[in-house]
Amino acid sequence: MKPKIAAQSGTFESSDVIFLIEPLPDNSGRKLDISSTVMQQYGSSFNRIVTEMLDEYQMTDIHLIAKDKGALEPTIKARLETAINRSMERQEGTL
Amino acid sequence: MLYIPGNNPAMIQQGGVYGADSILLDLEDAVALNQKDAARTLVRNMIKVVDFYDAEVCVRVNHLSTPFGLADLETIVPLQPSAIRYPKTESAEEVAELLKIIERIEDRHGLPHNKMTLHAMIETAMGVQNVFNIASMFRRVDAITIGGQDLTADMNIVYTADGVGIDFARKRIVMAAKASHIDVIDTVFPDVNDEEGLRRETEYAKKIGFTGKAVINPRQIDIIHDVFTPTEEEIRKAYHIVKEFRMNTAAGIGVFAIDGKMVDAPVVSRAEYILKLANVTVG
Repeated sequence: MKPKIAAQSGTFESSDVIFLIEPLPDNSGRKLDISSTVMQQYGSSFNRIVTEMLDEYQMTDIHLIAKDKGALEPTIKARLETAINRSMERQEGTL
Repeated sequence: MLYIPGNNPAMIQQGGVYGADSILLDLEDAVALNQKDAARTLVRNMIKVVDFYDAEVCVRVNHLSTPFGLADLETIVPLQPSAIRYPKTESAEEVAELLKIIERIEDRHGLPHNKMTLHAMIETAMGVQNVFNIASMFRRVDAITIGGQDLTADMNIVYTADGVGIDFARKRIVMAAKASHIDVIDTVFPDVNDEEGLRRETEYAKKIGFTGKAVINPRQIDIIHDVFTPTEEEIRKAYHIVKEFRMNTAAGIGVFAIDGKMVDAPVVSRAEYILKLANVTVG
């Protein structure tokens, strides 16, 4: 699936993460820009969670920017799910 | 009962450490209209993994008349928190309709109808008028609460620290709960810096019959516990009354005196309630 519109979710607050999703031209694949205040400790785990969820939703032609402030796994998953749904125009609260 | 905004991960993950008897994850007034979807998804994920220790976990959903109410129920009911708190409840018919929807969702997920309960919030003049039917007609309604801010708004009056505008509503709601043998929780005290005011209002709430009080800040929990927890003297006295009552009952004596004061069934009942609150059993 390809995002229909640009969308975001989350906040810059501590223990949260903000995701911004933008659609890319066809056949562009995925472009991930991930930064985290705990990148050294949990960066690989964060990347794994994001990649697994994008796989699960079969997302492609997507530019995903993440700015993490130490979010736990349920928060990362909730924020990414919300951003994906918003980018697919499936939920209210889009940009 | 500690209110926690449903879209704040830091507060949710720390919610269990403050010692509140009950955690209320709020999808309603504490969440901005354009973040309802985000809060719903976050609360769903957090309930599954966060340890709230001994606290009862409730979720306040949005009213069914909003675009968010049904989606909240579809997401939260399958998780079976201790209770769903329903805002601005105005009639028994409304509760019946809500329970029908909840039970339909439970059926779809193979869940029982007797685990999760319902807390009805009374926040409008119409709700106050109909509160006895709301409190008494449904097995799953095990608590009612008063929402002071919304109620004053509905009454077109200003919420004042002395609570005079909602005093009738408070007492009517308490009486409906007592007649229905369910819990009744007082509204929040909005000024987190006024500890004396919080204590005064909590003491009043206890005096007129409320069984608990909602808080919006963990700093308020200790004062609420302090007011609602029986003192050592009260517990000792209650223990003495219940013990004497049992001895006298065994001897065939119905009414007796302790320290020159008559002890009869209502006094014993009150003493038993204090011991129950204090978790004390008479050996």
